[in-house]
Amino acid sequence: MELTGADIIVRCLRDEGIEYIFGYPGGAALHIYDALYKQEDVKHVLVRHEQGATHAADGYARATGKPGVVLVTSGPGVTNTITGIATAYMDSIPMVVISAQVPTHLIGDDAFQEVDAVGITRPCVKHNFLVKDVRDLASTIKKAFYIAASGRPGPVVVDVPKDVTANKTEYIYPQNLVMRSYSPVTKGHPKQIRRAVGLLCEAKRPMIYSGGGIVLSESSDKLTEFVRLMGFPCTNTLMGLGAFPASDPLFVGMLGMHGTYEANMAMHECDVLLALGARFDDRITGELKKFCPHATIIHVDIDPSSIGKNVPVEIPIVGDAGVVLQDMIRTVKNGGPQPNPDNIADWWKQIEVWRSVDSLSFDRDSDLIKPQLVIEKLCELTGGDAFVTSDVGQHQMWAAQHYKFDVPRRWINSGGLGTMGFGLPAAMGVQLAHPDSTVACVTGEASIIMCIQELSTCKQYDLPIKVINLNNRYMGMVRQWQEFFYDRRYSHSYMDALPDFVALAESFGHLGVRVEKPGDVDGALRDALKSDRLVFMDFITDQTENVYPMIAAGKGHHEMHLNPGTGEKAQERELA
Amino acid sequence: MRRVISILLENEAGALSRVAGLFSARGYNIESLTVAPTDDPTLSRMTLVTSGSDAILEQITKQLNKLVDVVKLMDLTDGGHIQRELMLVKVQAVGASREEVKRLVDIFRGHIIDVTESVYTIEMTGDSEKLDAFLEALQVTEIIEVVRSGISGIGRGERALHV
Repeated sequence: MELTGADIIVRCLRDEGIEYIFGYPGGAALHIYDALYKQEDVKHVLVRHEQGATHAADGYARATGKPGVVLVTSGPGVTNTITGIATAYMDSIPMVVISAQVPTHLIGDDAFQEVDAVGITRPCVKHNFLVKDVRDLASTIKKAFYIAASGRPGPVVVDVPKDVTANKTEYIYPQNLVMRSYSPVTKGHPKQIRRAVGLLCEAKRPMIYSGGGIVLSESSDKLTEFVRLMGFPCTNTLMGLGAFPASDPLFVGMLGMHGTYEANMAMHECDVLLALGARFDDRITGELKKFCPHATIIHVDIDPSSIGKNVPVEIPIVGDAGVVLQDMIRTVKNGGPQPNPDNIADWWKQIEVWRSVDSLSFDRDSDLIKPQLVIEKLCELTGGDAFVTSDVGQHQMWAAQHYKFDVPRRWINSGGLGTMGFGLPAAMGVQLAHPDSTVACVTGEASIIMCIQELSTCKQYDLPIKVINLNNRYMGMVRQWQEFFYDRRYSHSYMDALPDFVALAESFGHLGVRVEKPGDVDGALRDALKSDRLVFMDFITDQTENVYPMIAAGKGHHEMHLNPGTGEKAQERELA
Repeated sequence: MRRVISILLENEAGALSRVAGLFSARGYNIESLTVAPTDDPTLSRMTLVTSGSDAILEQITKQLNKLVDVVKLMDLTDGGHIQRELMLVKVQAVGASREEVKRLVDIFRGHIIDVTESVYTIEMTGDSEKLDAFLEALQVTEIIEVVRSGISGIGRGERALHV
């Protein structure tokens, strides 16, 4: 039977096993919306702005591992998705964006709501397509899902002109797909893997640095097994939190600009570094000239272009992190080189000294609410098992530092692009994917405003997200940089005339609570977690609090700013 | 270092802009770029001339390979190869220089492909250095217009880039 292009799109989504799509209708997309109306397999979530749709699909993808799907109209519908697509691209999140386009005969005419969607998205997608013939539609959508989810995942845009959605053809969804120009390598080179294991076993000061690639490749179990087998210290990047359990004594915390003292010092002093599914981002390395000065580096990544891009690598291994880890475990277990705990006993002694500095400590006797305390309480009350989304800034770093993630896909944030406004719509995607789980959105009063309209979507779909607004009346991270590096000239980092967030949340039909005293934090969180509604908690926090440790621009891992108390402690320990 | 990279890519709309966009987005140099379909109409062959440090050249190769439309590529400068460029030149051909230009074209083994009372249009093929040398020699007259194709390259002997 022949179907219209619009029906074919919906059938493809169904056959791809897509449960939710996030979108917003408009002229060029109307045939597709009509096709959606006539079926119940694919559920459409109506957002309030297309950026929200991309972040929601992104959150859904991060929480499930399945590709997120977005549907938007032409012109402004597409341009509003750009930030969300770029966010997904930077963090390698599988996503398929179907954008409607003006009819083929109008393309290039500057038609109403026309924009060159393929052109404008090209620099921030893994790949994109313009479908000019309905007969190519199903195979193109199949390709889009395959490309988005395989290899190093990423967003793919499929632009479909309105006439193509009206034209008819036979519907056949391809089962298998071979593309001569695209076939990601998953298995690492056996010789390189053996060399790497040999080097690791001989190391006196080994270090394992793992990133978002472990989460994306579902290889958290293998990483955990390998790290325990070797008995080595392990650090996670911001994107990799939860990939190795935070509660394991082998875990030394997050590394990088706001990483722990022990993780960064261990990076600086290590002699062999195993990087797994991480890309040596500038927020990780600090000044490249000072990065891991004593280390021989082994880098495992599915994307060859990530290897050797920023840092020279002695043993490159191209492959899926999980497949390579499995081969490494097998090499050790099947009589290959063996780890020797005696080799690294002194190393661990040194790491424990660094750890005892307690670089994430904060003032617990303050009369003001310390943001770290809120996160710590949240972690405690949710048993460390909530899904936590965040926006971008100080609150994001505090959430990353103080919420102890033991499993992957619980920590959901925009790491690469650093998109303020990500947290709330991402939480919608997460909550839809996990309706019975606790989903908390840790945000700040500046970030939340950027996609605040999605509170309306949350109401429509009854999403009981717990919004934790760490309200310090500043763009805190900007203020922190201005305090440290601009002689406290707080240029445009303070917002006057903020809304009454409690009233705002209530006007959207949610519960709002303001919390002003440290003693009320626990109760407010407990009440909110018990509620089956969205609760917007406006925590009025200490305006002067900074994120420590911090590596300033141009500095190495061993040159962290520590908070004044722990700074002294670190000096004493080093001298002793 | 100057490098000549030969690329086989899907003959799809937008494939060229993906390559060009990659170079501008990442700040790589493009000295020249030529592209046309091959004997297989689904494939295009591109010859790209670029330069940079070893680290940048390694990234260029990897980033090109990462493009979904790129089927295969080869750095021609890694081994024996041949480069050719086509140039069309329009020059003043009057008085004494009319004969001189004709002699030069013969010496460089080019062709005069269009003639008027005052103008020659010349076709010249060769590696880029030869074309440069020919333009240098043309100082004897006034050059009106120069059109260069950028180079096309192919490996020597058994060295080949195909699917």
